[in-house]
Amino acid sequence: MTNPLRDPRDRRIPRIAEPSVLVLFGVTGDLARKKLLPAIYDLANRGLLPPGFSLVGFARRDWKDQDFAQVAHEAVREHARTPFREAVWQQLSEGVRFVPGEFGQDEAFDRLAQTVTLLDAERGTAGNRAYYLSIPPGKFPAVVRQLERSGLAGDGARPGGPPPGAPRGSAAEGWRRVVVEKPFGHDLASARQLNDLLASVFPSGSVFRIDHYLGKETVQNLLALRFANTLFEPIWNRRYVDHVQITMAEDIGIGGRAGYYDGIGAARDVIQNHLLQLLALTAMEEPVSFDAEALRAEKFKALSAVQVPGDLAEGTARGQYAAGWQGGMPVRGYLEENGIARDSVTETYAAVRLGVDTRRWAGVPFYLRTGKRLPVRMTEIAVIFQRAPHLPFNATDARELGQNALVIRVQPDEGVTLRFGSKVPGSAMEVRDVNMDFAYGESFTEASPEAYERLLLDVLVGDPPLFPRHEEVELSWKILDPIEEFWAGAGRPEQYPAGTSGPPGADALMARDGRTWRRL
Amino acid sequence: MRIELTDTTASAVRTELTKFSQRLGGLTTGVVLNLIIVTSEADQHDAVRAASQAGREHPCRVIAVIARNGRSGSRLDAEIVVGEDAPGQTVVLRIYGELSQHADSVVTPLLVSDTPVVTWWPGAAPSVAAADPIGVLAQRRVTDAAASDQPVQMLTRLAAGYQPGDTDLAWTRATPWRSLLAAALDRPHSAISSATVGAEQENASADLMAAWLAARLGIPAQLENTAGPGVTGISLATTAGPIAINRFDGRNATLSRPGEPDRHVALHRRDTADLLAEELRRLDPDEVYGEALAEFATHGR
Repeated sequence: MTNPLRDPRDRRIPRIAEPSVLVLFGVTGDLARKKLLPAIYDLANRGLLPPGFSLVGFARRDWKDQDFAQVAHEAVREHARTPFREAVWQQLSEGVRFVPGEFGQDEAFDRLAQTVTLLDAERGTAGNRAYYLSIPPGKFPAVVRQLERSGLAGDGARPGGPPPGAPRGSAAEGWRRVVVEKPFGHDLASARQLNDLLASVFPSGSVFRIDHYLGKETVQNLLALRFANTLFEPIWNRRYVDHVQITMAEDIGIGGRAGYYDGIGAARDVIQNHLLQLLALTAMEEPVSFDAEALRAEKFKALSAVQVPGDLAEGTARGQYAAGWQGGMPVRGYLEENGIARDSVTETYAAVRLGVDTRRWAGVPFYLRTGKRLPVRMTEIAVIFQRAPHLPFNATDARELGQNALVIRVQPDEGVTLRFGSKVPGSAMEVRDVNMDFAYGESFTEASPEAYERLLLDVLVGDPPLFPRHEEVELSWKILDPIEEFWAGAGRPEQYPAGTSGPPGADALMARDGRTWRRL
Repeated sequence: MRIELTDTTASAVRTELTKFSQRLGGLTTGVVLNLIIVTSEADQHDAVRAASQAGREHPCRVIAVIARNGRSGSRLDAEIVVGEDAPGQTVVLRIYGELSQHADSVVTPLLVSDTPVVTWWPGAAPSVAAADPIGVLAQRRVTDAAASDQPVQMLTRLAAGYQPGDTDLAWTRATPWRSLLAAALDRPHSAISSATVGAEQENASADLMAAWLAARLGIPAQLENTAGPGVTGISLATTAGPIAINRFDGRNATLSRPGEPDRHVALHRRDTADLLAEELRRLDPDEVYGEALAEFATHGR
C-alpha cells in the first residue's frame, strides 16, 4: 500500500525508521562514547528517530539503566554536534535500558531478550531490532550464537520473512538487523568464516558492514563529481590519466589500540577496506542506476579487475615508525609503544602499486599508501594527468610546470582541487602550477550529518546501498592476501622516523616508475 | 572584518567586496547562493543573525535591504561584514529617499553571478512576492505569514498571488509534524475518514497542515482552537480509532495508535535559523506547498 502522505516531490519529509530498538554491544568502548551515542542523540535532535525509539546497552558492568543513561548523557554533552536540548534528551533517555552480562552467559542474553520484549510492550517497538556489534571480532561468534539461541535473532530474520499468520505488531513481525564494523576478518579465510557465521543467523540483506572511514556523504560526493558532470568523464581514462594516488595518512600513532593493531597492520586495517573501496569508486564504470545493486555490480567489476604487481618486492613497500619528532613533540617508536612486542614485524605504513585491467585503465598504475605517524592527517584521491604532448614555449618557460592533477580531498576539509599551469605575472613568459579549490564549504560539515548518523539512519531505515557486501570484502582480501604472504616471508619492515612521510622504500617504489608521491 | 560606507554606490560596495575577497583569499568561491533579506531596521539584527547561522550549512552572500523612506534625498549607506563568525559575506544596505523605490538597482550588481538567488521577507511581505522588484531577482521567495498581524488573511493573499518558487516559513514549521505523520502512515492502518488539527488561534502552519491532509488524503480536515503553544495536535480518525500526535508543551509529543502503547518523541519548536537552513536546502519550487496553499484557498476557512 502506498502512503498518500509521501510524495517524491515533497523533499522536506525525511524517511523515519519504524519504531525500533537499537541494542548496542560494547557500550563502554571509545567508539560508543565518542561516536555512536552522540550520533543517536543528534538523530533524535534532528527529528529522524522514530517515536518510541529505544536503546539497550549490553556490557560487563554492574550498571543499572540510569547508570548507563548517565554515561550516555555525558557522552552526548561532550561529543554531540547539535546543541544540547534537555527535552530531546529526556525523551531519549526514557527508552534507555542496560543489561549487564558477559557474552558467554545464557542468562544475560535471556535477560536481554526479556528487556527488548518488555520494550515492545511499553514503548511499542514492534519487534524491530538492530544489533550493533561494537566489539572485537573475536567476540562475534559468541554474541551471534547467543542472539540465535535466545531467540533475539528471531523469525523476522528468517530468509522467508515472518511466519505466515503472525499477528500484526507482534515481535515475530519485526525486522532484525546486525551491524558489524571493519575489520571484516584478517584474511580471505577468516572473512569467509565471519560471513558464514553471520549468514547462518541473519539473511544477507540484514547484515550491515560498516567502514567508518568511508562516510556515505563522501561516497555520494564522489559519485556526484564523476557522474553528474560532463567535464571529467571524457578524460577519466588511460588516454589522459598518467596515474592515480590514493592516500590515507594519519598523524597519530596506535594509541591505546595495541591489542587490536599488532599483527593486523596498516594494510589490513586501511588498504583492505578503505583504500580499495576508494579505488573501486574511482575506477568503476558508470552504474546504470544509483540503486544498491547497480552500484555494487560496478564496484565488484572494478575490484575483480585489480592486479597485484608481478614482482611484489618491487611493487610494494612497508614501514614501521621509529621514535622521532612529530609536530613539535617527541613521540615513541612503534616498537616502544605499550603492549607491542619489541620484535613485532607489524607494518604501520604500507604502499602498493596496483593495476586495473580494463580498457579504460590498462597501463595506468594506482598507487595506494597509508601510514601512521605521518606529518599530517589527510585522505585524498589524486588523479594525475599526463603532460601535454607538446609545449609551445621555450624549455625554460615551463620548467616549473608539473602535471595537471584533480585531487578529491576526502578529509579533512572535504573538497576538490584542480591543479594546472598558469602564467606568472610579469613581462617574462613563465608557467607555474596553481590550485583551483572547491571546499564543500568552510563550515559546511557543521550541519551536514556525520558519517555515523547517516550510517545508523540507514541501518534503522533498512537502506544498505553503500555498505560493502561480503563479495566485495572477499575480493579485497584476494587482492591483499598474496601481498601479506609475501611480507610475512620478507623480514622486518623498514623504519621511518615519526613525523616524516614514510620509509625510503616507498619513495624508491615510485622512483622506479619515474614518479614521486604527492607531498603530504 | 567590518567596514561602513556612507553615501555610497553599488559599484563602490562591489569594489570593497572584491578587495575583501582578495585580502582574505577566495571568499566568493565557497558561496553557494545569494540571500537577499528585505527587512526593517527593527528586524534586521535577528534576521541577519539567523541568516549567518544558516550560512554555516549554506555559505551565502547575505544582502540585507532596509528601506528608509522618509523625506531625505536619495542615499545609500552600506555596511560590509566578512569573515567574522560565519562563512560568506554580509552586506547591509540602508536605502533612503526615492532610491528606496529602486532598491533592485542597488542589489542587482551586488549578487554573486551565476549563483542562485533567494529573497526572504522576515516581516511584512508583498502579496505577490514574485512580482516584487526584489522578488523578481530570486528563484525562491520566502515569506513568513506568521510574522504578519493577521496570519490567516496573509495566507489567503499569498495563495492568490502564488507563483512556483514561493514558500512560507509557516509551511517550514510544519515539516516535523508532517514527517511524523508520514512515518505513522508508513505502517498499516485502517481507513481514514477525517482529520483535526489543534492549534492556537491564527496559526498559519495549522491551516496549511489541515489543507495538506485534506488534499493528500481526500478527507475533510478541520481546525480546533486550543491554548497552544503553536500547533498542539493532529488527529486522524480511522475506523479502528484515532491515530493522533499531541504536543501540549511545545517540546515533547505523544504518538497514539489504536491498540498500541503510546510512543513519545521530542518535537521542539525550531528557531528561525533552523527554518531558514531547511528552506535553503532545495531551490526548486515546492509544489507540495503550492498544492496545500491552493487547497487552503478553496476549502480553508
